[in-house]
Amino acid sequence: MSEIIKIVKITGTALPMRGNEIDTDRIIPARYLKEVTFSRMGDYPFFDERYTSDGKKKDHPFNDPEYSGASILFVNKNFGCGSSREHAPQALNRFGIKVIVGESFAAIFAGNCTMMGVPTVTASEKDIQQLIKSVEENPKTEYTVDIENKTLTYGKVKIAIDLPDTYRTALTMGSWDSTTLLRANLDQVKQTAKKLPYMNTFAG
Amino acid sequence: MAERTLYDKIWQSHTVGILPTGQTQLFIGLHLIHEITTAPAFDMLREKGMDVAFRERTFATVDHIVPTDLRQRPFLDKEAEDLTQALERNVAQFGVEFFGLDSMNQGIVHVIGPQLGLTQPGMTLACGDSHTSTHGAFGTLAFGIGTSQVRDVLATQTLAMDKLKVRRINVNGKLGVGVYAKDVTLHIIRQLGVGGGKGFAYEYGGEVIDRMNMEERMTVCNMAIEGGALVGYVNPDQTTFDYIKGRPHAPKGEAFDKAVVYWKSVASDADAKFDDVVNIEGKDIEPTVTWGINPGQSVGVTENLPLPEKSTDPESAKKAYEHMGWTPGAPIAGTPVNVAFIGSCTNGRLEDFRAAAKIAKGRKVNPNVRALVVPGSAEVKKLAEAEGLDKIFEEAGFQWREAGCSMCLAMNPDKLNGREISASSSNRNFIGRQGSPTGRTLLMSPAMVVAAALNGKVVDVRQYE
Repeated sequence: MSEIIKIVKITGTALPMRGNEIDTDRIIPARYLKEVTFSRMGDYPFFDERYTSDGKKKDHPFNDPEYSGASILFVNKNFGCGSSREHAPQALNRFGIKVIVGESFAAIFAGNCTMMGVPTVTASEKDIQQLIKSVEENPKTEYTVDIENKTLTYGKVKIAIDLPDTYRTALTMGSWDSTTLLRANLDQVKQTAKKLPYMNTFAG
Repeated sequence: MAERTLYDKIWQSHTVGILPTGQTQLFIGLHLIHEITTAPAFDMLREKGMDVAFRERTFATVDHIVPTDLRQRPFLDKEAEDLTQALERNVAQFGVEFFGLDSMNQGIVHVIGPQLGLTQPGMTLACGDSHTSTHGAFGTLAFGIGTSQVRDVLATQTLAMDKLKVRRINVNGKLGVGVYAKDVTLHIIRQLGVGGGKGFAYEYGGEVIDRMNMEERMTVCNMAIEGGALVGYVNPDQTTFDYIKGRPHAPKGEAFDKAVVYWKSVASDADAKFDDVVNIEGKDIEPTVTWGINPGQSVGVTENLPLPEKSTDPESAKKAYEHMGWTPGAPIAGTPVNVAFIGSCTNGRLEDFRAAAKIAKGRKVNPNVRALVVPGSAEVKKLAEAEGLDKIFEEAGFQWREAGCSMCLAMNPDKLNGREISASSSNRNFIGRQGSPTGRTLLMSPAMVVAAALNGKVVDVRQYE
């Protein structure tokens, strides 16, 4: 049995990444998917927009020393759309991101993040604008994302956040890494399979 | 029980139970794997001392990373070679059937599943690739998944999932000449938005979809995910059954007849209740071309580029213009094209090549255009060659390649250079998607790609039809 890590509350500084429809090709260009393991993915998030073709750093939130050490990422709409590559959340997580707060997320991306123990939580467009403004004005602002109570607080401000109940339960009970849960039911899995006509070559 | 959708029926029959998290544990009838998203999943299995729970329901191939010109091993790209070897080791160690480079069954995972008769109605299917929605054309619930989920399917043949809502999309009436399945799917995404399908499975129907052959339906379902829908499907009908019959993994004889009874039973009931219904008129769909950096940013070929301030998302439109360099309000027709790519899991099948060859026949690619046709599978290549399509393309000036994902995502040597503009039959026009961070992609139907290749610019394919 692997160690159970409950993800209930995350406190840290934040990093804003403005823009709707930021796809996983932008988060991690396909050439880095050729690596056999995820171990170096933390070097690559947004690589092609952070560096010039000859390797010089460009102006980019992920390069900005003001935001170094951030563990919370603020984003806009439909973040993580496109390719199912888990390399994208792996890259963000290994860069240091522990929770992503946005207006909305693409389905596969949100699922991938949750299974890695990285919550993707939503807030209203207005609140996201305010959050992004607050971190751009003061990158040292500390935020607390409370998964259990679905709130995000900083200073005297408290805003409502949301995430699917199943994701919240999985994270807070420490069952986000689902293999163990699923594997516990292998007998029932076999029973379900037996009842499906195509699993019996339609012999039934 | 009446009033149920195909989605409801398959979801129910594949439910193993409800997990403590509240998620449903869903049995996965078929698991397709490839080289890119699986290596860490197998590593995790080894770490935990687990085996593949249902090896006989797991099939592997190589597609994303393979060169489509010179295929000698080792590949020139050492990383590609290493990753391919990792898959070869994993399938050998875990006993998974593998269609490698030397197999006649090798090809893009979403082309070979249907081609082999593995993909069937009334089944759940998963693959570590977002375009898994393609298989929904058969009345299959097909999920694109990440690597941790690949691990779950390997280890348990199940996934922890939340049930989606179902949106019925009727495409009514008839399509005009020169309008293809690709135009239908691009048009739907344009209408509903790239995030519009969030939380939904898309059920495609209506006269236009009913009349489509299986390959056209695959093109439509392939891009469900580009509209934000995790799942897209078409109810199975006689067209579906006829396509499956006689394929290597299709049920045979009496079993086939029994299968058809089951397959018919999973279709949505006539009085099925949908969470949402959208109607689209076939006559309103033009040959469609994307102009921006996501598949929802498209226009009909006779239209002008939109003004950002009038767009539903001005910020994204501005970002798109910044990257693409066009002038808002200009016509899309006449946009220069340097590269033409026909292939991919969206449009790399025999019917696509037939439609493209019809336009290419007896004509010449503009000398300034680099043009390639890449079959979706070794079988597609063989069948196309048997019809002489390769000769038509080569005589017109297209390169004729080996099967693979090629320039759709440029994880192989097929890439754009610099600011090149590509007319592409693939599915994504994201920044950098085709291998150059500054490259530009215009998505369109294979026939439109040929028309663009001939002219060195975007033109209306209907002038050739």
